Amino acid sequence: MRVFVFVLVLVASVSNAQTKKIVTKPATKVAATSSAGGLKASITRGQSVYTKYCLTCHQVDGSGVPNMNPPLIKTKWTLGSKTILIQQVLKGSSGKVEIDGDTFSNTMPPLKTLTDQQIADVLTYVRNSFGNKASAVGIGEVKAVRAKTK
Amino acid sequence: MKKSFLFFVLTFSFLCTKLIAQSPDQVKINLPAGFTSEVIAKNLDRARHIVVNGNGDIYLKLARVRKGGGIVRLRDKNGDGKIDDTTRFGNYGGTGIAIKDGYLYATSNTEVYRYKLNGNEPDTAHPEIIVKDLVAGRQHETKSITLDNSGNIYVTIGAPSNACQLQDRVTGAPGQDPCPLLEKTGGIWQFKADKKDQSYADGIRYATGIRNAVGVDWNNATNTLFAMQHGRDGLQDYHFYPDSLSVELPAEEMLEVTKAGDNFGWPYCFYNQVINKKVLNPEYGGDAKTVGRCSDAKSPVMSFPGHMAPNGLLFYTGSQFPEKYRNGAFIAFHGSWNRAPLEQKGFLVAFVPFKNGKPSGDWEIFANGFAGKEHITTPGQAIFRPCGLAQGPNGSLYVTDDAKGYAWKISYNGK
Repeated sequence: MRVFVFVLVLVASVSNAQTKKIVTKPATKVAATSSAGGLKASITRGQSVYTKYCLTCHQVDGSGVPNMNPPLIKTKWTLGSKTILIQQVLKGSSGKVEIDGDTFSNTMPPLKTLTDQQIADVLTYVRNSFGNKASAVGIGEVKAVRAKTK
Repeated sequence: MKKSFLFFVLTFSFLCTKLIAQSPDQVKINLPAGFTSEVIAKNLDRARHIVVNGNGDIYLKLARVRKGGGIVRLRDKNGDGKIDDTTRFGNYGGTGIAIKDGYLYATSNTEVYRYKLNGNEPDTAHPEIIVKDLVAGRQHETKSITLDNSGNIYVTIGAPSNACQLQDRVTGAPGQDPCPLLEKTGGIWQFKADKKDQSYADGIRYATGIRNAVGVDWNNATNTLFAMQHGRDGLQDYHFYPDSLSVELPAEEMLEVTKAGDNFGWPYCFYNQVINKKVLNPEYGGDAKTVGRCSDAKSPVMSFPGHMAPNGLLFYTGSQFPEKYRNGAFIAFHGSWNRAPLEQKGFLVAFVPFKNGKPSGDWEIFANGFAGKEHITTPGQAIFRPCGLAQGPNGSLYVTDDAKGYAWKISYNGK
């Protein structure tokens, strides 16, 4: 099992080395509600993805860690372009993030091994938690961004 | 009816003080009997390390330049015990600050500067660059300093990585072997305290295998260098133990460097305080029990619960505090984040008693309450985060906070 994870990570790192320009045009054709079971179900599933993959760094209340891991509460990243947000999850982060004059510089690992459904759910959860209120992220949107991020 | 209303009001106000975040000035620092604390500075921004000159002037290094300076000097001009003069200088943010043999030393994340003290006035117009071009990555980038009594300065250079994996912070990613980061980071370097423009070629890698040490101090009783290691993150993702125990690993370590070249094992090893051994990291084939090559890595002289982030270290040489504190070590713990979703720990000043140059008992909490709440789950909830420590000329202890830029003076008034 661990070998399998290793292989996945290696594959992710190799394909991630050839990063492409940020896609700016979101896949608007796909309805946001295309996630299975509607908004509420997506948020519930998203919370368990968040707990497993995101919580240690971004914290249980989305407040992040000062100087290290950015907060997810009402920031331009969380509430802004879904394309950039999806890319962030797929590619991780290796640049300094600035929010309201504070910088956050810890490495975010790429989470490319998550399924389209998991990424849609976790982003929908984040965009509708911690005081955030923003539109859901659909599987189709993740699929479209992933296709252009290879 | 009246009674129940009174009960309601009392309960409500009790809950308010317990549950609702206190304002910074309401936070009470808890100390052993006979000790008192006094706030000596507020809202300086991110106050990192601190040093007190022989005349009582207090110098704080800020993580970033604020109000025209990255160094703040606090002075009591009229001798009434209150700060009445604040000046700022130094156009760089950083962490380290120290005074030795008539010079004030301070660090950015890539350089070490020094200022001649003319009497008690630093020559702020003519900073000398003592060390330059040090690696500063995106994590563990700050530089801390301490000086010995033989003309040397020691500079910590943290590794810009968690465990030197091929892909940083990816669970399951294998570690690089050998780890190329150890060439210029992941250790403590020794330079001459009075020579300008030194860099790696002029220095000695005095200690290696240290992921990140922020608290560092020269112990004059043993004539050796001590450093506080920030242990690696994410070990709990490997589930070697139940979560409640995994979160305690690895130990935060107090390291003693007894000879040049001492190796403490990072990234290949971590200190497992459950079995009191340096063991292989999972990125290098470890299972939290296998020792392997880590038999060559030096163990700590004292271990602490995981992720508490020791950012300040000070050996107490004053005579104001009771006998038990003399030559012992104070440690400022910045507080954890990698324990989530479990409760966060740290946000305190600890004490380790020493006798004949060795710890003579377990560590204990000396000052607590900085977080402002007894139980917190995220570091953002902490009102203060202790960072730097210094000893004043009359033996008082100074503590800084880099969340709000507060500083305290702790004194002993007991009998």
